Amino acid sequence: MDVRRWIVHLSGDDIIFWQYGFLKINQTILTTWGLMLLLAGGSALVTRKLSPGIHVSRWQSALEILVSMALKQIEEVGLGNPKKYLSYLATLFVFIATAVVCTIIPGYEPPTGSLSTTAALAISVFVAVPLFGIAETGLGEYLKSYLRPTFVMLPFNIISEFSRTLALAVRLFGNMMSGAMILAILLGIAPFFFPVLMSVLGLLTGMVQAYIFGMLATVYIAAATRTREE
Amino acid sequence: MLIDWFTVIAQLVNFLVLVWLLKRFLYQPVLKAIDEREKKIASELQHAAEVEKEAGKRLVQLEKKNEAFDNDRARMLRQAEEEAGERKHAMLEEARKEYDSLRMRLQETLQNEEKNLEEEVIGRIGSEVFAIAGRVLEDLAGVTLDERMVDVFCERLRHPDSEEMKEMQGAFSGKPLLPVVHTAFNLSPEQRERIGRTLHDVFSIDAEVTFESADDLVDGIELSMNGHSVSWSVRSYLASLEKMTRELLDGGEETSRSGER
Repeated sequence: MDVRRWIVHLSGDDIIFWQYGFLKINQTILTTWGLMLLLAGGSALVTRKLSPGIHVSRWQSALEILVSMALKQIEEVGLGNPKKYLSYLATLFVFIATAVVCTIIPGYEPPTGSLSTTAALAISVFVAVPLFGIAETGLGEYLKSYLRPTFVMLPFNIISEFSRTLALAVRLFGNMMSGAMILAILLGIAPFFFPVLMSVLGLLTGMVQAYIFGMLATVYIAAATRTREE
Repeated sequence: MLIDWFTVIAQLVNFLVLVWLLKRFLYQPVLKAIDEREKKIASELQHAAEVEKEAGKRLVQLEKKNEAFDNDRARMLRQAEEEAGERKHAMLEEARKEYDSLRMRLQETLQNEEKNLEEEVIGRIGSEVFAIAGRVLEDLAGVTLDERMVDVFCERLRHPDSEEMKEMQGAFSGKPLLPVVHTAFNLSPEQRERIGRTLHDVFSIDAEVTFESADDLVDGIELSMNGHSVSWSVRSYLASLEKMTRELLDGGEETSRSGER
């Protein structure tokens, strides 16, 4: 069995619905839009009737717990002002988690199963880390952080920046793709009970990956902004 | 090719849009609601603390007020009791005084009545005695009591030894005299003339004698001149008679009382 054929088949990038030169709409983009619509629409729907009073609805309580937990997690990693980073970091986690949870829908291909999507997310982290670091400590101070502990470390620091971005992208992609691929292989061998178990396992690993991706991004940002605090 | 660069860019944009959307529709509203609730709870707690503080203050004030009220009440009760005691004392004193004055007035009235009765009795006894004496004199000697009285009075005037006469003569020697004769009965012209003559003989005066009748003499004649007087009356006899009668009566009462015992 040609693994490359499986990968190409399983990636939503190659299922193109509309194309005009360089521009195209493939399954990955379309699924992402669907997830965006779901998340934004659901949020708008739930937060439409938020009450600042003592008595709140269950939905609101759940949302507040989630947001509070996210803030707490970010703070625990070492970011002093968690509200500033909440939008970015929480969205990373929420997007990946939602993409994983939706795999229970038959015929659904997670956009995170595409290396393009995970690369896009990793690139966003690659850009966001120095941006947050500069915003927090200033450009000079941030650049100096590459010379720590000594200037000898400069090339290694730069390599580290790129390698961790690559690691982020490949880790998420590998996990997502492997889950989907194992599921597809097992469907061919044992079509009934076993794939369900694997699907559950895939959900679990997917949620863990979402958490890891979010936490790693948080740690990188924390490391970049810690210079001044130290 | 595993990576499609257009898809990477599109996903990057999609992700940034999603960040903005979630920030707009999820994080901001939820954080705002949490903050508002926290503020509300904090303000309510503060308000509750203020209310509690105020209530504590009010309680202290109320306790103070109650204490003051109790003290005032006790003081007012004490004052009222004292005032009532004083008033009672004053009223009792007033009643006692009134009782005393009423009793005194009653005694006085009784004494006056007794005196009036006595005088009336004396008057009546006098006039009875006088009438009896007159009748006796008329029956035995053939003269009236009035005539005899004038005689006796003239005799007394002609007796310069008596104390009264001496005083009188000593008092108005040389002074102009205004002799006034009071009688309990009407004098006849002869009797008047006789008295006038006697006065002329005794005091050597030519002054006109004024005759006036006086009921309080009972029976008798009195000469008064310049504040001095000489008289004859049955009053002295009556007084001794009264004294004798009273002694007799008292003695009789005592005898009857001892007899009753």
